Amino acid sequence: MRLPVFAPFQFNALERRDLSEFLQHLLNAVILGGTYALLGIGLTLIFGIMRVVNFTHGELYAFGAYCMYALVMRLGVNFYLSLLLAMALGALLGAFIELVLLSRLRRADIDTTMLVMIGAWIIMQNTEQWIWSGVALSVKNPFPANPLVFGPASVSWLRVYVFVVALLLIAGTYLLINRTKLGKAMRATFQDPDTAALMGVRIGRINTATFAIGSSLAAAAGALLGPVFVVQPAMGDLAAAKAFAVVILGGLGSVPGATVGGFILAFAEELGAGYISSGYRDAMGFVLIILILLIRPTGLFARKERIG
Amino acid sequence: MRKLLGLLAGTVFFVGGAATGAGAQDTIKIGVTQPLTGAFAASGNYVAQGTRIAEEEINNAGGVLGKKIQLIIEDNKSNPTEAVTTVEKLIEKDKVPLLIGAWSSTLTLAVMPKLEEYKVPMIVETSSSGKITRSGNPYVFRISPTSEMEATAFKPIAKHMGIKKAAFLYTNNDFGIGSADEYGKMLKANGVEIGPRETMDPAATDFSAQLAKIKASGADTVFVTTAVEQLTLILKQAKEQQLKARIVSCGGSNSPDQVIAQAGAAAEGSYHTTFFPPWFPEVTTNPEVSKRYMAGWKKHGFNVGGLTEGYRGYDAVYVAVAAIKAAGKPDAEAIRKALWGVHVKGVYGDIHFIKQGPAGKESGQNVPTVYLVEVKNGKVQKPQF
Repeated sequence: MRLPVFAPFQFNALERRDLSEFLQHLLNAVILGGTYALLGIGLTLIFGIMRVVNFTHGELYAFGAYCMYALVMRLGVNFYLSLLLAMALGALLGAFIELVLLSRLRRADIDTTMLVMIGAWIIMQNTEQWIWSGVALSVKNPFPANPLVFGPASVSWLRVYVFVVALLLIAGTYLLINRTKLGKAMRATFQDPDTAALMGVRIGRINTATFAIGSSLAAAAGALLGPVFVVQPAMGDLAAAKAFAVVILGGLGSVPGATVGGFILAFAEELGAGYISSGYRDAMGFVLIILILLIRPTGLFARKERIG
Repeated sequence: MRKLLGLLAGTVFFVGGAATGAGAQDTIKIGVTQPLTGAFAASGNYVAQGTRIAEEEINNAGGVLGKKIQLIIEDNKSNPTEAVTTVEKLIEKDKVPLLIGAWSSTLTLAVMPKLEEYKVPMIVETSSSGKITRSGNPYVFRISPTSEMEATAFKPIAKHMGIKKAAFLYTNNDFGIGSADEYGKMLKANGVEIGPRETMDPAATDFSAQLAKIKASGADTVFVTTAVEQLTLILKQAKEQQLKARIVSCGGSNSPDQVIAQAGAAAEGSYHTTFFPPWFPEVTTNPEVSKRYMAGWKKHGFNVGGLTEGYRGYDAVYVAVAAIKAAGKPDAEAIRKALWGVHVKGVYGDIHFIKQGPAGKESGQNVPTVYLVEVKNGKVQKPQF
């Protein structure tokens, strides 16, 4: 019923303001989606392909962030090099967890494994607090303080960097699983470990490698997002909740699924908070997940191969 | 390392006391429940450190009623269920006649029914929700200000700032909602237009959607109520989104020093309410007490950023000891009655309790001074209007 002819200025002003808010929401959602996708792909390897309900995912994320803090702020290591080091350390920690805890539980039922992983989660979080105290820490970054401006919307350079690196890591993971010999061995191992072993795949090593790669990706997410947010012991809890949501939404074990799932969750949260109610920001994503799972119970991109 | 040693010392002491069976007679126990782990761990640890300084000072001066005091500090893990468990443990197992706690409004509200059930009083050192002293619980004695007191104190400042349209961004819990309600009421009564009221989960780290909405609303001032971690992120993200509005943080759990250290240039121009300004201890009601507290903090090598939290625990222990002394015995009911008569020179000001809540079941409420500081040129300063 608005008549632009009679009130052109008022109408234009209103439209422009609404449009600029919408653009900012879209930009925020895209950047946030990259983050969620990155959180999801590490977990989709471990939870989706290995079928280990990995409650330490959030702590591996926090571990990456603390590595970044220790390297950049305490040891003065280069910002970009620190990311690679944090990923390497994350892979080592993941391999350690797999060898010490999970390799003994390979034939155990899922409840036992879950309990052990919950224990590991609590130990890791309390260790972080013991070493670093509960005070939030921040990591300085080499990017300009002024944001990158797109018309009425803006975004920080650091977040653009995080987004680009996240996409590179996602693409790399996809290629690793689908185009390399290791990826083939991984898929074979978790599809049918006995047959894979008979075909000469060393399934013990594949288990360790998969968990290490998934852990390294979690550490990468922490190392990238630690400087964006603040580093604190409880940071992994919310990250893990989002990662599980993304993986279940996208379909277990699917890298494209986790990527799309990450973006869907981010758009649901951002637009839900912006236009419905910010108090239910976290609920928006989960309502959408429930709706999608009602229609597609295995998630958007369920794997075609049978697992287990 | 110091924490570990403290833990070991505590354990040894406890085992020793249990072995001789004389522990209960040698000391007067005071129970403390604080969030030492979880989302509020940083603040909870600062408050606990503040209680330790007071404990040491009091015991060095001879204790109370001829005995030393012994604080038993339990971790409520920033979780209301755990907070109830800690209170039950302190009352049933340690037999404490008096409690201090529980940092956030939600944690305090969770343990309040237990105080009535066991008839043990609690000194509330941080929480600000009006509900705490207005719900008719005669075992609650609060030394921190309510959100309403804070909002009332802010009234003349709102005029000086020339606020025309205000927006709110607050945590979706008793602390945040209480604060936004009280500030909103005060501002509205003074002719300020109320813009968007945006909420966030206490654990959330991304506020981009809320900030985009506030930016589009054209509000000139945003009142933010949350703990320091989220405040830091909000300042950073507001700068990323080029939010021009003035940011005022409410609730006094904002540690401006930590904000400056972590948000850097994004903290510039922000305002913060606080109930103790360690940058200018001379302006406080009892400068000598403020300076003694700060000297104790420095002596122990605690984080300077925690000075704006630690005094809450420090004052609470002094109030507890004053009440025990007036009661003449470590008995919960006698202490509850004695709390009504205490006058303590604290960092919070001259602490004494006025009655709040329904007649016959009133809670005690102290009236502290509220300060506003501004971050200017990378430093905490007294604002000039």
